[in-house]
Order: sequence, then C-alpha cells, then structure tokens
Amino acid sequence: MKEQLQKDFDNIVKNLNLSQKDIEIKKFYLDNFINKGFPNRREEDWKFSDLNQIIKKDIGELSFYSDYTHTNKVDTSVFVDGLEHNKIVFINGRIEKIDFDYEQKEKIEIIDQSENINKSNNNSLSDLNNAFTNKSFKILVKNGYQLTKPLIIYHTTNSKIWSKNINLRLEFELDKNSSLRLIDLFSDTSEKNFLNIFYNFDLKENAVLKNYKVDRFDNKNIKYSFNNIEQDKNSISETFILSAGSNFFKNEINCNLNGKYSSAFVNGIFSLNNNKHHEIRTIINHLTENTKSYQLIKSVIEDSAKAVYQGKIFVNSDAQKTDGYQLSKAILLNKDSEFNAKPELEIYADDVKCSHGSASGSLNEDSIFYLMSRGLNYQQSRELLINGFLLDVVEKITDSEIKNLIKNLIGIKE
Amino acid sequence: MDNRQKEIENLKDYKYGFSTDIENTRAPKGLNEDVIKFISNIKKEPQWMLEFRLKAFERFKLLKEPDWQKPKYPKIDYQDLYYYSAPKSMDDKPKSLDELDPKLLETYKKLGIPLQEQARLNGIAVDAVFDSVSVATTFREELSKLGIIFCPISEAIQNHPELVKKYLGSVIPTTDHFFATLNSAVFTDGSFAYIPEGVRCPMELSTYFRINASNTGQFERTLIVADKGSYVSYLEGCTAPMRDENQLHAANVELIALDDAEIKYSTVQNWYPGDKDGKGGIYNFVTKRGLCKGKNSKISWTQVETGSAITWKYPSCILKGDNSVGEFYSIAITNNHQKADTGTKMIHLGKNTKSKIISKGISAGFSDMTYRGLVDISPKASNSNNYTQCDSLLMGNKCGAHTVPYIKNKNSESNIAHEATTSKISEEQLHYCQQRGLNAEEAVGLIVNGFCKEVLQQLPMEFAVEAQKLVGISLEGSVG
Repeated sequence: MKEQLQKDFDNIVKNLNLSQKDIEIKKFYLDNFINKGFPNRREEDWKFSDLNQIIKKDIGELSFYSDYTHTNKVDTSVFVDGLEHNKIVFINGRIEKIDFDYEQKEKIEIIDQSENINKSNNNSLSDLNNAFTNKSFKILVKNGYQLTKPLIIYHTTNSKIWSKNINLRLEFELDKNSSLRLIDLFSDTSEKNFLNIFYNFDLKENAVLKNYKVDRFDNKNIKYSFNNIEQDKNSISETFILSAGSNFFKNEINCNLNGKYSSAFVNGIFSLNNNKHHEIRTIINHLTENTKSYQLIKSVIEDSAKAVYQGKIFVNSDAQKTDGYQLSKAILLNKDSEFNAKPELEIYADDVKCSHGSASGSLNEDSIFYLMSRGLNYQQSRELLINGFLLDVVEKITDSEIKNLIKNLIGIKE
Repeated sequence: MDNRQKEIENLKDYKYGFSTDIENTRAPKGLNEDVIKFISNIKKEPQWMLEFRLKAFERFKLLKEPDWQKPKYPKIDYQDLYYYSAPKSMDDKPKSLDELDPKLLETYKKLGIPLQEQARLNGIAVDAVFDSVSVATTFREELSKLGIIFCPISEAIQNHPELVKKYLGSVIPTTDHFFATLNSAVFTDGSFAYIPEGVRCPMELSTYFRINASNTGQFERTLIVADKGSYVSYLEGCTAPMRDENQLHAANVELIALDDAEIKYSTVQNWYPGDKDGKGGIYNFVTKRGLCKGKNSKISWTQVETGSAITWKYPSCILKGDNSVGEFYSIAITNNHQKADTGTKMIHLGKNTKSKIISKGISAGFSDMTYRGLVDISPKASNSNNYTQCDSLLMGNKCGAHTVPYIKNKNSESNIAHEATTSKISEEQLHYCQQRGLNAEEAVGLIVNGFCKEVLQQLPMEFAVEAQKLVGISLEGSVG
C-alpha cells in the first residue's frame, strides 16, 4: 500500500499547484498515515469494527488518486423533489456545484481554505484526509441570518470510479443567532470505494444547527464520517443519522459543549440487512455548567448484519448541573444478526444527572400475536411493530418539512 | 449512641494497620527460575506442579503488562519484590493450633478472627493465610466427615493431586493475562475446597488473607470445586498493615460448578487503602473467574470493595452449562486518593443461561471509580437473558465515576437490558433525614446504606453487619 500511497500523493501534489510549505504539511500527514495505517481492532475505538480488515475484504487494493481536472455532468435526477433547497453537489469527491439560490447573497460567505488542515481528530483517517483532500471550503453564515431553505449536500458517486479512496472536508461557521438546516444525502451507483468525510461545525452564541445524515440507498461502498461540533453559549445542535444503505458506515460525532446552556441532540436509526456493518460513535463533552445532551439510537437488524453503538458522555469537573441521557435499543430479527454497544459515562462533577440504558432482543412475540389476532398477517404485524419502533426516533426530528422527507425515504406510513 | 460513637472513633483510622513483628523466612528477592524452584521446593511440591509453574513463567516472560485500565500506577519493578515470605515458626508445620506461634494467634485475635478452639462459636470454618502460607484451618475434621475437603492449596497439591491436577488452571489457564500468569508461576498458598456430590456444606467456608511482611507481593490461589448437586458459601476477607510503600496483591481465584451445583462467593476487601494523601496502600490486581460447567449450575459473586489503593478486578462467570446462572453484586467505595476499576464479565455460552449484574459505586474525596463490564451472548446461547444495573454516587467535585459497559448480543432470541445512572445524594433526602434529627454524617450514612442495600442483602449475615459498618467508615470525613 505504501508505494501506492506515495505514487498517488505525488500525482495529487503535481495537479494541485501548492506552495512548498503546504506540500511539506501534506507530506507530514501522509507519513503519519503510512505509519499508522488504517485503524484496526487493536485500537479501542475500532474494537467492534476493524476497518483495516473490512477494506481488505471488501475492496482489496485501494488507490488514492482521482483526476479532478475534468468536470462531471450533474445528474439532476438525484435531486430531491417537492422541497425547495440549496445545494452542494459532490460527484466522485469533486465539488461540482455550490448553489445558495434561495438565500441573501451577502449573508453567506464561501471561503476556499484548501490549505487548512483538520485538527479535531487525531486518528489515522484524519491524517489520510489531511494528506489527500483536494479542495475544501468554509461556509460562513453571518450574524443573525437564518437560512430560509435547507441545504442539501449530495454525495454522489458513479460507476466511473472503482476501488478509490475519496477524501472530503467541509467547514461551517454559524455566527451569533444564525441557523442552518443541513441534509447530507448519499446516493451511489459506484462500488467498492472508501469515502472519508470530515465536517467541522463552529456554533457561536444562540446558533442552531440541524444536521440530517441520510444513507438510505443500497450500495457497496465503505464510508466514514466525522462531525466535530463546537458549541458556544445557548447554541443547539441536532444530529439525525439514518444508517442503512452502505456496506459499511461509521458515523462519529464529537460534540464539545463549551458554552453555558448549550445543548446537543443525537438521534439515530440503524436499519440493516444482508452483511452490512454499521457503527455510530458519539462523544459528548460537557465542559461547562448547565449543558444538556440527549441521545436516542434504535436499530433493526436483519440477516447477518451487525450494528455497533459506542456512546460516551464526558462531564468535566466544572460542568455542574449537567443533564446527560443516552438510550440505545435494538431488535435482532435473525439468528445471525448482531448488536454491540458500549455506552460509556465518564463523570467528574457531582451535581449531575446522567444515565444511560441499552436493551437488545428479539421482536416481541406477544405483540405479534396481539396484532395477528386482530386480522393482520404475520408480515404486516412485523412491519407495523418495526415502523412504530423506528417512528419514535423520526418523531424526534424538530423540522417538520424534513421529518416528512425522511419518513417518505424510510417508507414509514402513519 | 455513645457506644456507636466510640466504635466509629475507634475505627476512624484503618484499625487493621498494625504489623506483627515476627521472624520470616523469605525467598531471595527477585523473579527468576531459581525463585520459583525455591518456592516449589519449600512447599515440597511434586514435579508436575513445578512444571506447571515453569510453563507459566516461560509464558510470563513473553507478556507485556497491560495499560488500558483507568487507574495508572508507577511501574512495578518485579525484580524488587519478595515472592515468598512466611513466619519462621511455620517452617516445620505445627500439628495443631496449640503449637501455633502465639504471636500469630494474637494477630488474628486482633483482627477479630478467632482461630482457637474455645473461640470457635460462630461456626465458620476459617483458613487463615499469613503472607505466603496458610497458618491454620479450622473445623477440618467436622467437614471431612461429610467428605468436604477444605485445606490450604499447598496441602491439597500433596494430598489430593488428582483433583488439583484436574481443575487447577482449567478456568484461568497459565496462558491468561499478565497478572494471572505471574500468579500461576509464583503462587504460594491459598485455599482449596472440594464439595462432593450432593453435599450441602453446613457452614460458611472462609479464608482470611493478611499481608504482614513489607516489600512482599502476595500471590495466593484459591480453587473451589462444587461437584454435582452440591452447595457452598465461601467468604473472603483481607487486611494489611499501614505502610508507605505500595504492595502488590495478585491472586487467582477459580471456581468450578458442576451439574446442579451452586457456589456463592463473598468478598469483603479491606486492604490498607493508603493514607489521606494517597501514599502507600495495596495494589489489588486479582483475577477471579467462575465456570458454570454443568447444567443448572449457579455461581454468585458478591463483593464489598472498600480498601486498596488501586482495585483492579473483574470477577467473571463463564456460563457454559445449559440453564446456568451467573450473578454479580458489587459495592465499591473509594475515598481520598483510592482508585478502582472493577466490574464483571458474563460470558453466555449455554442455552437458557441467565445473568444479573448489580453494581453500586460510591466515590468521594479525590478518588476515581470505574465500572467496566462485559456481557457477551454467543450465537449458540439461545434464550439467554442479562440484566445489568450500575449506579454511581458522587460526593464532591474532585472525584470521578465512570461506567464502561461492553454489550455484545449475537443471538436474536436473547435479551440484554442495561441501565446506569450517576448522581449525587439529593438535597431533599438529606433535608428529610436531618429534619428528623440526624446529623449530616448520619444522614449520608443512612442514605448510602439504603443505596447499597440490594447488594448488602446478598451477603451472609455475619458479613453483612461488618460490611455495613465498613461502608460507613470508608466514607468518614467525606461529608461537608
């Protein structure tokens, strides 16, 4: 893999037209990655999902270079109907379109900051991302501006790429009293690629971020996404994850509640079948007084699929009056399905209310019997129960437009 | 009231902190094959036992000390320890208690453990382990009438080699982790109990561990085998003198329950916790593992952990037999600079296996407490159930309480439920108690005892009273 990395790196550098200093920085991260390699089960955070093995098994040899000099045609058929929205379109990792048609131009600034590096995470995937990211932008929502329409980021890949690693990075800054609704929509027609995505959100006072990550459509790609969220006083972040389509997907949320009265919500659904293996890992750091976090993760696991939830609530000794809650529930539908959880509390302050719960088991046969005795057949009863189980999480979505969109995507009827 | 006050006053500091001035026989300092041969030789062990030890030592040389635990400690120099220390008077084994060195009898009397015949009214058979040797085992004849073997493990190696050979290392193999392997190589003494088929052991068996000599590591090994349909309740207590240095205690405890057998293992651990500034104290790195080998067997661990500078142990159950049951009840209290990383592992292998974990953690002062546990239901363990509850109580904002459960469910017909909470003692409860005339300290004591009740109930009577007192003492000075 080392030769491949070196070769691809040289190609990237040649095409990017970077200063000597930037090349040095990128080189530094490349060397870091070469040293560490892909994360494996020996690392505590990857205990349940050995990415190194998964890449070896599902992809085999990976290459790291894509030619970004040519534009791709934007396939408008993937765009969401019936919901007016702003767009950012990635095709095969290349930004093809940034479009804020519905917003006041002077309130949003898009800054090219490809030379910046990401420091919020120090795993080897972050090094990989820093070494290979081609273009990266910062989207700044200015003081007091609330976007009228949601922003949808389309992550599309097509069959032109194969066995490739794609690295993306985006940064968002929400100034005081601003708000942003953001949907990440994944749609892939490619196979056997590894997407490595890093987002950084900086929420100033009273800012509101709603991020919905939707991986609905079946595909044979491997994905890793890392969200770092910094929150100032009174800010709110809401993250919803629908984890269903890819062969492997690990979503990581790292949230730092730096300001008083800030709050973070993370809700997630795993809906997995076949051999899929998905993971959500959250770290909520309560760093000051009167902060709040709430997490709800529900999983329905079929066939020999595997879901993993690792959630951590950290409470600093200054963070009195913290309210932290975490619940994960899983239904295992098949003999070979597997659910692993590691709900963790690390607490250094005494005046706190923190709890977690985790339960996993089979579908309740009594409930099925109840429904069948009222005339539904087995299949219908099962669907009804599963829908009800998952609806609980969807109902947590605070934006009604997007809630409906997601209900449609999952196929939940009320 | 006065009495109670006086009692608390007496117990305020670590009351077992005295040391006994007694002449010792020691192995040469350090860890090497010669020391292992020395231990084996002085215990007059058969060749197979020496081989067992040397095999473990070979393995030990390849292992690296683990470092994933929460409480960090300064590096231990394993060459700077004595691996064997025994009172000189034990060189020629005394035939009966009358021949026992009076100093030893005195020590145990001070500790509240009656070894002499006349004091044996409380009906508990005791095996007293002093540093590296077992000094006395009581009630042996009475037990042997029922076919129960209860003796120091060094005697069992000589008198019952077929049992020891069969079961020793069958639950904790010599190739296990760092400390367990070290123990396999250098273990000195400990208790052995065998309960024959269908026998219900009429009294509590108990071992009392005492570390006396300085600079010594205590490595004892306990092996309990409950044959088909038998029942035994086993108690374990520990103390050590106050010293400025840290002493290592790395024991291995193996339990084996065959068909329909039940083992109840209770520990009240009160090793010297170090002084108020965190100086000295015992490193309690113990491996305890029970194997529910037969159908319908049951193993239940109950522990009250109040002592030690660092407690690092996970009493576990391997539920291999169908319908077997594993239980774990724990109270862990840390105060001042104590640290604890404790919990359990429930490994479900057989069908219809059940496990229950109740863990209560209390941290005060500058201490740090972690519950770390694993529930693993394997694909073959259909219809299995686990229920876990871990509650933590924090007193003050200089201490920490952490929960790290690992939950693995690989069987769709099995259910796992896990709950955990962390909070402080509510103002309302305190106010309520104080309003009724209790002072702050008493109120906290009452509430904490209520918090721990679920676990204290699991202890045998004599222990429960002592444990309840210990809970109060350990938290002394942490209020206000």
